[in-house]
Amino acid sequence: MTVTDEVLTYPGARRPDRRRRVDAHGVGIAAYEWGDLDAPPILLCHGGMDFAATFDLLAPLLADAGWRVVAWDQRGHGDSDYAALYSWDADVRDALAVLDSTTRAPVPVVGHSKGGGLMMQLAEAMPHRVSHLANLDGLPSKRLPPDIANHERTRLLAKDLEDWLDHRLRSTEAQRRPGTVDELAERRARMNPRLSRDWLRYIVTIGARHDDDGWRWKLDPSMRFGGFGPWRPEWSLMRLPGLSMPFLGVLGLEYEEMGWGTKPEDVVGYLPLGARFVPLEGTGHFVHIEQPEVVANLILELVAA
Amino acid sequence: MTTRWVRHLRINLALHELQAGDERPLLLLHGLGERTPSKLPAYASSWPGAVWGLDFTGHGDSDVPSGGGYTCEVLMGDADAALRDIGPATVLGRGLGAYVALLIAGARPQMVRGAILSDGPGLAGGGTGPSSTMLIGVDEGGVVPPDPFALFELSRDVRPPDYAATFARQVLTLAELPTPLTVSARWRPPWLEAAASEPGVVDASIEDALATYARA
Repeated sequence: MTVTDEVLTYPGARRPDRRRRVDAHGVGIAAYEWGDLDAPPILLCHGGMDFAATFDLLAPLLADAGWRVVAWDQRGHGDSDYAALYSWDADVRDALAVLDSTTRAPVPVVGHSKGGGLMMQLAEAMPHRVSHLANLDGLPSKRLPPDIANHERTRLLAKDLEDWLDHRLRSTEAQRRPGTVDELAERRARMNPRLSRDWLRYIVTIGARHDDDGWRWKLDPSMRFGGFGPWRPEWSLMRLPGLSMPFLGVLGLEYEEMGWGTKPEDVVGYLPLGARFVPLEGTGHFVHIEQPEVVANLILELVAA
Repeated sequence: MTTRWVRHLRINLALHELQAGDERPLLLLHGLGERTPSKLPAYASSWPGAVWGLDFTGHGDSDVPSGGGYTCEVLMGDADAALRDIGPATVLGRGLGAYVALLIAGARPQMVRGAILSDGPGLAGGGTGPSSTMLIGVDEGGVVPPDPFALFELSRDVRPPDYAATFARQVLTLAELPTPLTVSARWRPPWLEAAASEPGVVDASIEDALATYARA
């Protein structure tokens, strides 16, 4: 049995006004909307291992300012389908399916963390569909691998590769570990140490489902953080200077494990012409949860420009 | 030809037995858009043991997933699921399958008893670095293998030379055989040139490589 009517409340957080399902080439995507259906749309894209509900503070502020806010759970996340395959390109294509289902006119697009990177790629591929672009602590940097000896590197990579393959072999029938609301909040606090326990408990009641034996995060167990592959962070960076739409980059200056460790000096040389870049002192990776009013105002200034 | 099924997360993969045998299995990995041949190919006819062919995700008799999301690392997982089923094997890859053979040999050096990288469709991939992004949609109605998303995404899959060289070094450092990696391909895109240039990689025909690994 799944119980779904146990959502906690959090000051300033508002659940979406509408929900709908988007068919992204056979993968069902859960989309959410705040604000007047006839208002101009704005798209919000969440980060990895996260949910559209992380916009429950930001979205109502934008909706109340006259926008139809559209967010969605990425494939494998929240109430969207668990897919057979996951890739960066597939996530961008799913985003386009949500955009297609909303409007064919160009719209402002906001992305947090991985979502910021995805939306940069969407903007590069479809500049005619993105009128403004805001990146919330999702600006990449050229991180250099630590200087370690070759034999040590071989050993570390061998373990990474084995762990990745073992995880896939194990995950065929895997389920996420159940726990109480407090236990799941506690687990997430290790990755998101700056977010309040009340906020994390709130997110548990939306991002997890309540089974008979406890709460489980609605995240496909086959997905995994990190990993390996040919991709280099600077390949995202190279998309940045060529973007033509008005651009806002917001960076939280407090280092967090979930963040990308990007420093202002890593990106200022690559910003698009006329871009606005706002480093936020005393703020971590979740800029829109720590400072929803500040971020909402920055976005509203961007779209008014 | 008999077929059995191995599971890779939500995908059922077809693993075809092209030649029965008790020992020294050989695993064939097809190229992009191909499938396991319906009978034992001539170049593998001298192999003394069992010969298996794996249909990658979205190809041949294997499941076609919805909505794409292909990477060569996922196909490496396909090969891993096959090796888990048949045990340590010599792996012969064509084109796309050659690249996947290099990846799985580097990631599971104890499970790959020699990898042979040969010509075939999808050998080059999407080059050494990212190109401009293009987004496509596919009409879901009546998709039959090979999955159009597989053809599109795996022909754009980026293959940096240093990434391939890293996997080659993993094979050469960690595998038990003295010459665990053979390049038979006559055409060498940059990733393959880089792998082939690692000291210890053998340059030989498919037939010679199979003869060597059959004795090893």
